[in-house]
Parts: sequence; structure tokens; C-alpha cells
Amino acid sequence: MIEPADFTQDTAEEGGLILRLNGAWTIAGVADADKRLRALGDAVRHIDLSAVEHIDTVGAWIVYRTARDMGADIVGVNANARSLIEAVGGVDSNDSIAPPVISPIIKLIGELGDAVLTAFGTMVQFIAFMGQCVKAIIDLILHPRRFRIHAVVQHFEHAGVRALPIVGMMSFLIGIVIAQQGAVQLRQFGAEVFTVNLVGRLTLRELGVLMTAIMVAGRSGSAFAAQIGTMKITEEVDAMRTIGVVPTEALVIPRIMATVVMMPLLAMYSSIIAMIGGGLLCWIALDIPPATFVQRIREVVPFTDLLVGLVKAPVFGAIIAMAGCFQGMRVEGNSEEVGLKTTAAVVQAIFLVIVLDAFFAVFFTGIGWN
Amino acid sequence: MPDRDNIIEVRGLRNAFGDQVIHDGLDLDVKRGEILGVVGGSGTGKSVLMRSIIGLQNPEEGEIRVFGESMRDKEEDEATEVRRRWGVLFQGGALFSTLTVAENVQVPLKEFYPDFSKATLDEIARYKIHLSGLPPEAAFKFPSELSGGMKKRAGLARALAMDPDLLFLDEPTAGLDPIGAARFDALTLNLKQTLGLTVFLITHDLDSLYAICDRVAVLADRQVIAVGKIDELLAIDHPWINEYFSGPRGRAAKSGHDRGITKMSVDKPSPDGP
Repeated sequence: MIEPADFTQDTAEEGGLILRLNGAWTIAGVADADKRLRALGDAVRHIDLSAVEHIDTVGAWIVYRTARDMGADIVGVNANARSLIEAVGGVDSNDSIAPPVISPIIKLIGELGDAVLTAFGTMVQFIAFMGQCVKAIIDLILHPRRFRIHAVVQHFEHAGVRALPIVGMMSFLIGIVIAQQGAVQLRQFGAEVFTVNLVGRLTLRELGVLMTAIMVAGRSGSAFAAQIGTMKITEEVDAMRTIGVVPTEALVIPRIMATVVMMPLLAMYSSIIAMIGGGLLCWIALDIPPATFVQRIREVVPFTDLLVGLVKAPVFGAIIAMAGCFQGMRVEGNSEEVGLKTTAAVVQAIFLVIVLDAFFAVFFTGIGWN
Repeated sequence: MPDRDNIIEVRGLRNAFGDQVIHDGLDLDVKRGEILGVVGGSGTGKSVLMRSIIGLQNPEEGEIRVFGESMRDKEEDEATEVRRRWGVLFQGGALFSTLTVAENVQVPLKEFYPDFSKATLDEIARYKIHLSGLPPEAAFKFPSELSGGMKKRAGLARALAMDPDLLFLDEPTAGLDPIGAARFDALTLNLKQTLGLTVFLITHDLDSLYAICDRVAVLADRQVIAVGKIDELLAIDHPWINEYFSGPRGRAAKSGHDRGITKMSVDKPSPDGP
């Protein structure tokens, strides 16, 4: 059994102390001895290592530091210990290993400035990106052979068809929730029958398209950012440019096209499923049979409600796809960026969708579609 | 009874991913105090072998002993006595990206030895960073602020944090310029001689093999087909070995070595060893 690091103190002939070290001066057992050595005064003249059974670089460093701080010399070392002490003693500096400290106020102001500049820069970049997209679309109209129909169809499947189960599930539940909450509130006025109006108008005008947009931003917007971002890191995007393929045409436009086409279809589908969910609850909780429910929907929901939803959906789709592709194209450097930009893509997409939705609400009311 | 001079013993190792068999009946010994170079074509499972030994990959069959202890089917919280005696440098450095270099070095120390005072931890990190050949100001940089070569050195500093007896290096010179690669080789050799390390070195770098490896193990045909000094390997008649060592690059490395270009002078005394 190897003893942990320890030492004894002797008085030297010429005055001062001799430290006689024993045991194993290795990383495993040296922590306690280190603390006791730090607590010693500086009267030590010699450090005797002859009784040390085993030493590694941590032990060597502590011996070296103690000797340096106390002005002592080291005696009784074998070649192994000597080479270790020389190796660790090579770095004799008090350089701090912590970064230089900056005052929190200056740091705050600096971060604020950085944030403003970044926000402004991102906005300019986004406008430039939209310009690139418009230019690419014009180029594609002039040279229709360069249009990548296969890529568009592939994204139809990923952004549209594969989203059906989750969007349907979510819409069905949302429909039930609206009908149930509406019924509870309206019952206080004896107006449960207006639950049908609530479900029909709310889902077609607002919730169908909004919920779908949020879901598509989470599913496809993030996927676009991650895919393009990864391609940026592996230099695939650069390879395209050198070959003469315009990345905006090859990567961005098919995704935007696919999302613009798929969003109205998904939003329509979502509204219908939500109405089915709401109708089911009306049947169970309010005893409104499905035939009556459909009849009432046709009476109370104006055609413009459907148009409101269908006008908004492709715009939202374009915003989501552009945010995803834009953030993907902004990825630079390391793989950590992909995660950051993917998050940014989803946040930006949902934020823009909700802001635009507010504008649309005011606009449609203004033109009398209410 | 296992041989006491063998730090690593691999017997009858079999690794497969689905139908694709990587290793079958692989045997390998790593002796105390040597630098063993592991070479092989792409896809011969050099990294898989290393991952099997350090327990990141569970082999289908076979026995792996490190410091005489079996590493088969050991969970992450088991065999810590063995784990604290080895250091691993992954290809990209695998530094923790949210921590500075100094904090990276201190991670294993804090994990295993919470008794050290803050001041001592900082001193240990500082000299480990120095030993790895990094400038002092690298200590408070984050991995994303370092170049590829510096990341590898920082990874080496972390691998050395626990004063390991055994060091695994996965292609340490890949992606470095020739000068940086030669310096890293010199550093490895120097550390081995100063600290008495045993080194398991995966490499494609023929210059490294000539310059610092005591023995070289060749992986091919799902096995270690040969182990020995390079001169001994040159005498073996195997198509891959012939092509590897006698191809244009192999000849260039050999002639460079013979002329003493890659020979490194290390003026540290060799350790007596306890």
C-alpha cells in the first residue's frame, strides 16, 4: 500500500527548517499536503525528496512552487523527479488564466451596441436576401430550363404531405378546445348555439392558418435552416458556386415554392379538421347533430372568411421558408452555428408570421371582409 | 495470467456494424513505455479499435484488458480507477465548447479530485497548458477562438490533466501543416520521455511513424496483420504493407528519416522510473 503524500519538519543546522517529504506525491493523494504546505511560513531552507516513493507532475509542481515561494532548495531528487520538476518549472509566470475582467456597465453597453448593430445588419442582409430571391425568380422565368421541378416536388412531400398527420392531430384538438371553451362561456347567456359561429369563423379566418404556420415553421423552417447550414459548413454551397450553380436557385427557390404552394393546402386541411373536431364536441356536449352543424356553418360563415385564410397562407409560407433559408445561408464556421441559426429561423419565422397576421387583420377589416 | 509489461491486451476482438464486420479475431498488445503507432487503410477500423479499448464501443466478442482489468461491458461509472489513468485526445480535440481551455483542463481534475484548492487547480492548468506547447494567453480562450493545431494541443493538455500513464492519440497530426505536425511529434516524444507515458497513436502520417514510434501495428483484413519495428515490417511480404511503406510517400518519409531530417533531438534525460 502506498502512503499518501506527507511531510515532516526538522530544524536545519544552519537555521531554518528542512521539509522531509514522504509517501506518494501524486495527483491522487497530494491535495491535503498541498493545503498544509501553503499554510507553512517561509522559514524552510531545504526540501528533501529522498523518502518520496512516487511522484508525478502535480506533485512535482507543488514541490517546485513551494521551493520557489520559500526560496528553498530541493535535495535528494532522483533523475525522474528532476526531469518532472524541470518540465513543470519551465512555466514560471504568474499570468492569470482567467480572462481580463471588464466592468459590468461597460460590458452591458457593449452588448447593447452589439445587439443593435447585429439587428440592423440582419435586417439589411434579409432585404438583400429577398432581393436575391426576386432576382433568382426572374432569372428562372427567363430561363425556365434551370427550374428544378424535382426538388420542388421533393419539398412538397417533406413540407406538405408528411406534415398532414401532425397538423391534423393538432387542428382536431384545437377545434375541440375552441368549441368546448366557447360552449362554456356562451352558455352563461343561453347562446350555446353560437359556438358553431365561433368554431367556423375562427378556424377559417385565423387559427387554421396560424397554427399551421407555427407547425410548418417548427417542422420545415427549422429543417431548411439546418439543411442549408450543414451544406454551408461542408462547403457544398461553395462547391455549387464554383461549378456555376446559383445556390439561391438550387436551394432556396424550390423550398420557397414548395412552402408557398403547400401552406394554403395545409391551412385549408387544418381548418376542416378543426371544424370536424368542433362539430364532434357540439354533437356530444350540445346535442347539435352533424347535419345541423354543417347547415349552420354554411349559414354563418361568409365566403370571405375562407378567402382571408387562403390569402394569408401563401404569404406566411413564403416568410417561413425565407426565414429558414436565410438563416441557413448565414451559417459560418462551426457546427454550433447550425443549432443557433436553426433556432433563430424558427423564432424569426413565428415572430414575422404573427406580426403580419396583425396587419392582415386590420387590413381585411378595413376592406370590409369581416 | 496477464503479462505485467502489457498495458493493453486485446484478444479475439470482434466488432461488426450489421453485416459489415470491422474486426474479427483481432489481437494486440501495447507494452509499458512504448509509443505504438496504429496504421491501416481508411475503414479498417483504427478508430473503432481505439473506441473499443476505451469503452465507447461495445465489441461483439473478445477480451480487452487495460492495466490488467477487463473493460468489457463496463458502464461509464465503472472502472473509474482505470479511466483516471488514461488520457484521450480525439481527432478534433473534442473540447467542451462552453468552457475556456483552462476550464477544460480542470474538468477531469475537479471531477476526480475535488479537494484541490482553486489556486492549485489554476496552477496545474497553467503548467499543463505550458507542457502542451500553448502560449499562456490560450488559457482563457474558448475553443472556437483557437486554430486547429491549438485545439489539438488544448485537447492534449486536457488528456494530460490527470497525469495519465496511458495516452490515446487519434490522428493528432491530421490537418496540421508539416511544421506543426513535426512539432506535435516532438512534443509527444518529449512528453513520453519526461512523463514516462505509454502512447497508443493512430496515424496516417508516415513521418510520425518513422520519427517517434517504437513499434507499429498494421490493421488490415479485419486483424492486426503485423506488429513490430518499421524495419521488421518492411521485411514482411503483404501487398498493403508493401504499398504503404514502399509507395512514393513511404519512401520519401524513410529517406527523410535516414537523412535525419525528421530525427528529433530531445535533451531531457530519460526517466529512471520507479
